[in-house]
Amino acid sequence: MKIVEAKGVTKRFMGAKVLDDVTLDIKIGEQIAMMGPNGAGKTTLVRAILGFYHLDGGRIRVDGYNPVKERVKVLEKISFIPQLPPPVKLSVSELLTFVQRSTGARKERIISQAEAMELDIEKHVEKPFFKLSGGMKQKLLIAIALARRSRLLVFDEPTANLDPKAREQFYGLLESLDYEHASIFITHRLEEVEGLVNRKIYMDLGKVVEDERI
Amino acid sequence: MKNIGLVAYLDIKESLRAKWFYVYAFVFGGLMGLFFISGITDSVVMGFTGLSRLLLVFIQVTIIILPIFILITTVKSISSDRESNVLEYMLSFPVSLKEYYWGKLIGRFATVFFPVIVALFVGVAWGLFKGGEMPWAMIFLYSALIFSICTVFLGIAFFISTIVKSHDIALGLSFTVWIILLAFIDVALIGLMMQNRISDDVILTIAMLNPLEAFRIGAIALFDPELTVIGPVAYYLLDSLGHTFLMLYAIFYPVVLGAFFAVFGYRAFKKRDLL
Ligand SMILES: Nc1ncnc2c1ncn2[C@@H]1O[C@H](COP(=O)(O)OP(=O)(O)OP(=O)(O)O)[C@@H](O)[C@H]1O
Ligand SMILES: [Mg+2]
Repeated sequence: MKIVEAKGVTKRFMGAKVLDDVTLDIKIGEQIAMMGPNGAGKTTLVRAILGFYHLDGGRIRVDGYNPVKERVKVLEKISFIPQLPPPVKLSVSELLTFVQRSTGARKERIISQAEAMELDIEKHVEKPFFKLSGGMKQKLLIAIALARRSRLLVFDEPTANLDPKAREQFYGLLESLDYEHASIFITHRLEEVEGLVNRKIYMDLGKVVEDERI
Repeated sequence: MKNIGLVAYLDIKESLRAKWFYVYAFVFGGLMGLFFISGITDSVVMGFTGLSRLLLVFIQVTIIILPIFILITTVKSISSDRESNVLEYMLSFPVSLKEYYWGKLIGRFATVFFPVIVALFVGVAWGLFKGGEMPWAMIFLYSALIFSICTVFLGIAFFISTIVKSHDIALGLSFTVWIILLAFIDVALIGLMMQNRISDDVILTIAMLNPLEAFRIGAIALFDPELTVIGPVAYYLLDSLGHTFLMLYAIFYPVVLGAFFAVFGYRAFKKRDLL
């Protein structure tokens, strides 16, 4: 069962091809490590899957839907963690309200996911999100992403700010996900996700240069 | 459209904690306060009773400074959301672009409109306390004008924010728009007229198209133009088009203009890359 279908995807920024004819299918059950040097186009590719960009060529479908034209249908199925925690000015409780109302993921579930990484959200509900520490932000983003129980998880270097213990807890949570899903982990540290993944994709200069299923 | 209220509500909550909001509320509240202290209400000058005079001065200052406040704060917050990737995260949730854009616009509208309207009503309350008469027509007209100013400049600000991605350019452009509109109110227009290279019709058309001039004329349209120094263009327009027409024009033309800009901004938001 295909969740993502990308065919000949091309995207230019100011004349430069950042994605160059990328063709890629992702099936439910695939856990993908996406790697490649800085500037290879990894973030651009996942943003295109999320419908942020109008493509210069090719097409993307997520569960059969066009991410630009049917963004709500597409985003209902995707949990995304960005490369850098965004300095959201909403308070933690407002952010959780936004998530709950837009996705249906219960606040309690987010709170319990966060507890599994030893983040006590109740203590920080009134704080603006951007005033949390780097690691706390990241844990909260992870908790939100996991609580949504999405069929596609897109994590752009999710462990950058986590201490070693939190990393272990994070991978533990991923392993305990008990429903059918696919994941994309963008990472520069393969050894960390090696045990979790069953497919590795290498990108360079906007192309998929290696795609290996294990 | 279930999320439009949610987006608007959260935008209001966010604004209520933002520094710009305090500066903004402080400026308009402070302006009223300043008028009280300076005793504008106490004197009867040029045929105005105290309270009318207070409201007239307030609306004239508001017409000049409210636009730049709205433009700068709105453009700044939208473009900084984009540059800091807040937009990327918030738009990774299943919210339609329609809900997001119009929700933000409604939220913004509430936060820029209420401090000014509250300042206006505080002024009225103070004037009544000092023993004036309730100037119903003025209150109604000026509330409508403030609504209209907020609409047109929010529309322009949202348009600029979606068309221009760079923070600095967007700010610069906002400032330029304001300066140009200011330059084309009476003073500059007289200059043009005196040089006599341009026909009067062109000048009057420019005046009518400029929302700031429309507000200026609308704000004094309640009074006999002989009473106050309003500039030759405004005088001429009031004389030839009539007070009622100009009042309605000053309220509705900017609302329509703002709606156009907001809709164009929305189109651009949908048609272009979000980041
Ligand atoms: N909005 C944009 N405008 C112009 N250029 C962009 C834009 N977004 C990305 N790029 C360019 O596209 C290229 C790929 O960027 P991308 O962020 O996808 O790389 P990446 O593989 O995620 O790298 P990293 O490992 O450093 O995160 C870079 O050269 C970047 O400068
Ligand atoms: Mg990246």
